[in-house]
Amino acid sequence: MSRKQKRMLIRIMVCAVGLLGLQCVPKEVFDQLNGVLFPQAGRLVRLCLYLLDYLVIGHDILRKAFRGIRNGQVFDENFLMAVATLGALALAIYENGDYVEAIAVMLFYQVGEWFQSYAVGKSRRNIGQLMDIRPDYANIQRDGTLERVDPDEVAVGTVIVVQPGEKVPIDGIVVEGTSALNTSALTGESLPRDVKTGDEIISGCINLTGVLKIQTTREFGESTVSKILDLVENASSRKSRSEDFISKFARVYTPAVCGGALALALLPPLVRLALLGAAPQWGVWIYRALTFLVISCPCALVISIPLSFFAGIGGASKAGILVKGSNYLETLSRTGTVVFDKTGTLTQGVFELSGIHHSQIERERLVEHAALAESASSHPISKSLQRAYGKDIDRSRVENVQEISGNGVLAVVDGHQVACGNQRLMDRLGVQVIPCHHVGTLIHMAIDGEYAGHILISDVLKPTAQEAVEALRTAGVTRTVMLTGDARPVAEQVARQLGIQEVYSELLPGDKVEKVEGLLLDCEKQGRKLAFVGDGINDAPVLSRADIGIAMGAMGSDAAIEAADVVLMDDDPRKIAKAIRISRKCLGIVRQNIIFAIGVKVLCLLLGAVGMANMWLAIFADVGVMVLAVLNAIRALFVEKL
Amino acid sequence: MKKTYAIEVDCANCANKMEQAARKTEGVKSATVNFMTLKMGVEFEEGRDPKAVMKEVLANCKKVESDCEIFL
Repeated sequence: MSRKQKRMLIRIMVCAVGLLGLQCVPKEVFDQLNGVLFPQAGRLVRLCLYLLDYLVIGHDILRKAFRGIRNGQVFDENFLMAVATLGALALAIYENGDYVEAIAVMLFYQVGEWFQSYAVGKSRRNIGQLMDIRPDYANIQRDGTLERVDPDEVAVGTVIVVQPGEKVPIDGIVVEGTSALNTSALTGESLPRDVKTGDEIISGCINLTGVLKIQTTREFGESTVSKILDLVENASSRKSRSEDFISKFARVYTPAVCGGALALALLPPLVRLALLGAAPQWGVWIYRALTFLVISCPCALVISIPLSFFAGIGGASKAGILVKGSNYLETLSRTGTVVFDKTGTLTQGVFELSGIHHSQIERERLVEHAALAESASSHPISKSLQRAYGKDIDRSRVENVQEISGNGVLAVVDGHQVACGNQRLMDRLGVQVIPCHHVGTLIHMAIDGEYAGHILISDVLKPTAQEAVEALRTAGVTRTVMLTGDARPVAEQVARQLGIQEVYSELLPGDKVEKVEGLLLDCEKQGRKLAFVGDGINDAPVLSRADIGIAMGAMGSDAAIEAADVVLMDDDPRKIAKAIRISRKCLGIVRQNIIFAIGVKVLCLLLGAVGMANMWLAIFADVGVMVLAVLNAIRALFVEKL
Repeated sequence: MKKTYAIEVDCANCANKMEQAARKTEGVKSATVNFMTLKMGVEFEEGRDPKAVMKEVLANCKKVESDCEIFL
C-alpha cells in the first residue's frame, strides 16, 4: 500500500465509524436540544455532525470538482459525485431527513476508488515482477578481485564473471567454465540449459551451478534483456481497438448521462405542471436525476479494459510469448490462417549432410569449397556446411563473395570461381546439373564454370511440430499453409508428415511476400486474420506484411524482434497455438467486461429513471461492477492451463 | 524525436484525459499515456525543444487532472 492509499483507508474507516455512530443516535435526541440556545439548535448540531463526516470522506472530491470547473472540465467524475452527493445533502437538509445516503454514496465511491487503485497497483507490481529480468550489475575481475559495475559501462569484448545464482547481464560467449542456465524468465521453459566454453549465451538467463566467464559481444543497451524489457514495457502503449472504443465511449457517455440527468430533473416536473396541471414533484425528479449522476462514471470500463490487456500481455510473457501491443493481441485472437516458413520454424534448421554425389574432386575438397564460399552467409544451410567441414574457416582464402538471394552464393576461393547453390543458380550460370533422386536439399557446386557435383543435406523436423499443427486446428485455425524456398519433394514430404494443408515450394523471398498477399485477400473475405510464422532470419519482409508476424526462437535475432509483432522466445512451435488461446481468453474477458459494465449501467439508468433504483443501488452498481470487472480482468494473467 | 516520461495518476480515465491534453499541446506530434505502466510517450515536432514543450504539456495535464504529475 502506498502512503496515499493508507491515508485513504484511514479516512474511509473514520467516516464509516462516524456514520455508524451517528446512526445510533436517533433524531429525537438532537430534537431535545431544540430551543436550548435558539429554536432549531438540535437540527443544526445534527447537520453539522453529518456534514463533518461527509467532509472527512469527500473533501478532496469537492476540491477537485471545484478545480475542474475552474479549468473548464465540467464533466469529470469528481464533479458528478460532488453534484450528486451535495444534491442529496440539500434534499436531506430541506426535509431534515436522512443524511446517510449522501455520505454513504461518497463513502462507497471512495471505497471503489481505493480498491481500484490497490488492485491496479498490485497487478502492476505482479506483472512487473514477472518481467523482473533486469540485471542490476555486472562483475568484472580486476587485480584478482571481483568488482561490481553498472552493466551500462561494460564495453564490448570485456570478460565478465557470472556467479551461480546471478543473472547474466550482457550477451556474450562463454570463455571459461560450465554451468546450467535457467532460461525460464525468457522462454517459459523450465528445463535448465547446459552451457560450456564456446557457447553463446544470452542475457536474462540465471546461472545455476558453476562460475562462468563470459566475453561480451554486445553492449548492455543492445543485449537481449534490454531489448525484451523495452519491448514489454512499451507493449501496452499500442492500443487496441477495444481500448480506443472505450476511451471514445467514456468521452461521450458522461456528458450524455449528465444531459439525461438534467432533462430528467427539469422536463417531467414542467410537463406535469404545464400540461397535466398536477403537482410538479420537484423533489422526486431531482432525486432521480441525482441517481443518474451517480451511475454516470465510466470507471469500471475505463479501468478494466487496459487492465485486461496488460494482464494478458503479462501472462503471455510469462509463457515465453512476447506480444508487442494490445492491438496485436486483438488481431491474434481473430487468426484464421497460419502460414509457416519451413526452415527453422517447423524444422530445426539444423541440416545434416546426408550425401555427396557425382563429385568430380575429392569429397572433402568439395565440402571445403562449399563451406568457404558460404562462410559469410548466416543462412542455416551455410551454417550446416561449415559444421560439416568441421575445421576453422580461413576467410582470407575467400574473395568477391556475392550472395544471390534465393539462389546461392558466388565466390572466389583460392583463386577459383566457385558457385554454390540450387538448380536456379546453375541455370543462371548455364551449368548442366546432374539431378538427384534422393529427397532432401541439394546444393549444386560448380567450380570455374564446370559442374563439380552436389551435396545433399536434409533437415530434421522439430519434435513438437506435428503436435503444434494439430493444436492450431483445435484452436480454430481453419487453414494452414507452408511456404518454403526448398525443393518441392522435400516440402511436400514435410507437409504430409505434419498435416499441413497447402504447400508452396521453391519460392524466392519476394515470392513469399506475393503469396502472403494473395492469402491475405482470401482471409479478408472471411473476416479473419492471417498470421505468418518465421524464424526471422530472412523473413523480415513477410513478417511485417502479414496481419500478425510471429517470430520463432528469436532471441538474439534483431531483425526478427524488429519486424515481428509476436516473438516466441523458444523454438517450440506449440507456442503459436498457445498464443492464440491466450489472446482469445484475454479478448473474451474484454468483451465480458464491456458487455457486463455497459449492460448493468444501462439497466440501472433505466431503473433510476422510472424511480425503481435509488442512490444506494446506483452506487452499488457503479462500484460493484468496477470491482467485478477488475477481478475479471486479472484473470487474463493466468495462462498456464491454456 | 520521441521521449518517455514517468507519470503519476490515479485513475484510468484521468490517464485518458491526460493523453488528450498532451496531444492538443503545441509542439507535440503524438502522445500516448500508458496507465498500466504509468508512462507517457511523447513524440515532438521537428525542431521543438522537448523541455519547453513538456512544461506546456504538464500545465495542460494539470488543467484536466489536478492530481497528476509528470516527472520531467
